[in-house]
Amino acid sequence: MPEEKVLLQMNNIVKIYPGVRALNNVNFTLQKGEIHSLCGENGAGKSTLIKILTGAEPRDGGDIFLNGNPVFPKTPMDAQKLGVSTVYQEINLCPNLSVAENIFIGRQPRKKIGGIDWKKMNSLSETAMARLNIKMDVADALGEYSVAIQQMVAIARAVDTNSKVLVLDEPTSSLDTKEVRQLFHAMRNLKKQGMGIIFISHFIDQIYEITDRVTILRNGNYIDSRPIKDLPRMDLISKMIGKDIAAGESYKDRIDGERTEKKKFYSAKNLGKRGVISPSDITINYGEVLGFAGLLGCGRTETARLIFGIDRPDDAEIEIKGKKVKINSPADAIRQGMGFCPEDRKTDGIIANLTVRENIILALQGREGIFKRIPLARQVEIANYYIKLLSIATPSCEQLAGNLSGGNQQKVILARWLTINPELLLLDEPTRGIDVGAKAEIMNIVVRLSNEGKAILFISSELDEVARCSGRVLVFRDRSLIGELEGEVSTRRIMETIAYAGQEEAHG
Amino acid sequence: MDKIKALLRRKEVLSIAALSLLLLFNVFFTPGFFSLELKEGHFYGSLIDVLKRGAPLMFMAIGMTFVIATGSTDISVGSVAAIAGAVAAQMIGGDFSATAGTAASSLTPLPLAIGAALLTATLCGVWNGFLVSYLGVQALIATLMLQVAGRGIAQLVTRGNVITMYYKPFFEFGTGYFLGLPICIYVVLAVALIAYLFSKKTSYGLFLESSGSNRSSTRYAGIKVQTMIWIAFAISGLMAGIAGVLIASEVKAADANNAGLNYELDAILAVVLGGNSMKGGRFSLAGSLIGALLVQALTTTIYMKGVPAQTILVVKAVVVILVGIIQTTNYRKLLARFVKKQPSEAFEVGK
Repeated sequence: MPEEKVLLQMNNIVKIYPGVRALNNVNFTLQKGEIHSLCGENGAGKSTLIKILTGAEPRDGGDIFLNGNPVFPKTPMDAQKLGVSTVYQEINLCPNLSVAENIFIGRQPRKKIGGIDWKKMNSLSETAMARLNIKMDVADALGEYSVAIQQMVAIARAVDTNSKVLVLDEPTSSLDTKEVRQLFHAMRNLKKQGMGIIFISHFIDQIYEITDRVTILRNGNYIDSRPIKDLPRMDLISKMIGKDIAAGESYKDRIDGERTEKKKFYSAKNLGKRGVISPSDITINYGEVLGFAGLLGCGRTETARLIFGIDRPDDAEIEIKGKKVKINSPADAIRQGMGFCPEDRKTDGIIANLTVRENIILALQGREGIFKRIPLARQVEIANYYIKLLSIATPSCEQLAGNLSGGNQQKVILARWLTINPELLLLDEPTRGIDVGAKAEIMNIVVRLSNEGKAILFISSELDEVARCSGRVLVFRDRSLIGELEGEVSTRRIMETIAYAGQEEAHG
Repeated sequence: MDKIKALLRRKEVLSIAALSLLLLFNVFFTPGFFSLELKEGHFYGSLIDVLKRGAPLMFMAIGMTFVIATGSTDISVGSVAAIAGAVAAQMIGGDFSATAGTAASSLTPLPLAIGAALLTATLCGVWNGFLVSYLGVQALIATLMLQVAGRGIAQLVTRGNVITMYYKPFFEFGTGYFLGLPICIYVVLAVALIAYLFSKKTSYGLFLESSGSNRSSTRYAGIKVQTMIWIAFAISGLMAGIAGVLIASEVKAADANNAGLNYELDAILAVVLGGNSMKGGRFSLAGSLIGALLVQALTTTIYMKGVPAQTILVVKAVVVILVGIIQTTNYRKLLARFVKKQPSEAFEVGK
């Protein structure tokens, strides 16, 4: 490629946060008229790299060249002046102002005597929207338009005539299929005009549809950068999650039990929520570990939230033990015999300034209600029983839960659900951020519960963990259920499903 | 030794220390502060005065404790008190045609009148709770509405007049004595005890602390956080109602404009001085009551020292700032480093 086509070059970028090297000599090159995807799982360093590019964070090393000139953006305003514009996931616009006002807010064209030149502003806005191939009445209030159009307005606002680089951070996450089309159309238009676009998305299909080139990061390291057409989906996924698929695994230590008779505990038809996850049918049987697998943002957690009633499904038919039920809140789900260890332990799980005892008995007491208080002596007894059973390391059951380590907090939450003796336990990333020893212990508990005949729903971003302990795996991609695996579930099979399910070209 | 340490870590310690300090100051510098006189079987003196004048504030502080435990505030309590007083007065009636300055009877039976007043106040709380927990209006805004509108409602009830009452049995609550002490003190104790039992002997206290500490986690654990918040506001309304009836009974009139004026701020102050965090979570009713006494004792002391009335607010502000600083975590950490030269408990576990 001729050298003058290079628009942006980031060399050996280093970013160090206290205790962690968030970026380790990362390279990134963007050409003119190119749509470039930045891919990686949680903690890969995508957003850190973008923050450094846009001046939101200072870098600890490396160089940035824009059109061959070294640049040092110190604030997002700096970056904007240099020609790097960013549109974030959440739209920061004012719905009650007109489209034109939103585009020109803070930099309205002035008349000579100082007033705002509305005519000029509106005509400039029309031109700006036309660049995105959209004709609209820019004097209308922004709130009257769909989210996709609002997104486009946000882009129009970001894209000045002197803009060269446009960063789109998860622009499609709140759009439906038709709106995504519109957005892509606009992106192609900008591309034709020579703009370089950095596109960040969790949606594999979209990445393959719109991008020219992909750069993959993992754990703060640069992994690879290639034209998309030279990168099969399987390779992309394995590079993102860092598993070598050549080493075909087969796990023998999956839980074995009598799986002959399948008794349904939970079944849902049409379980979905518009804009969050597309509807699917899900069944969970007694005594099985059902795994949910997929990449970050694929819809696995969203589905679990619907099952547990944290979010309300649109119009699902839910049956529990053969009876039709409505589950509109966690309290409903608990009444039906479910428990849920959430993904984010700190915000949704542990209550840091209550004691271990209070944390453990909370769900049980919640089910009993306000007026049937469990006597203190009984509370202590229950708490101590589970502290011993799960070997929770705490000086006493009156210790504040916030003082415990991550693994022990996770066990406390597990204990909270064990107290209500649930028939279905949903575990969302139960082993994230805890040490190896605690991980193994928690996995053992899962196995034991399953052998006791409980239904377990197991969600993990570690595919081999899912493969190892699940008897059946539902695979999610791009916010929909795309496949079900049974029998010998291996990491390789899961990855193949993520990559190719629903594709015409049948690879591997 | 551990027990003493645990005791020293309690929320109430600071407010007790502050109150003791204030009383100690009065021992030396305010002659007559501790003198008690027995007249006609009634005790008189500054201490009794603090208890008696502090009673309405203590009621409100009890209710405010629950609301603050959810992480909200209720700034409508003063107005709700005015509404309750107005309802009670309207139903008892201000009738001049009585003999010897007291009316022989009330328009409605006394229990009914008081009941109606308290019910109205509770409904005010329910309204606040509905706005905050179901509609998601910010507590400050939601209760500001009633703070402003409440005085208007009270005026509607009294038709814009100050209703003076002449029905003696009603005055017992605010001015009567039993065994030498004002009756309202017994009522405070009884209500505080009921509130304490409700928070500790049911699991409401736990649910409230949990909701205030981490709303999301609490919801995930199957607890109806909205209902808990709603109940807290209803209690706050009821407590403001009791305070309102007490104020009306004490001044023998219902003044829609001035009854309970600015009490909401003193109530919040009492709760915070009692060691309760505005962020919600753990709460201490005892702390709030001591906080209320502290606020009242401070006011009384300032009056007795002959400080000009217009500077009272400034003196109060200085005390509030001091206590506020002492309560910050940073200051406490600093203090802990001086007091014991070992790492605090937070680091002993969790490797």
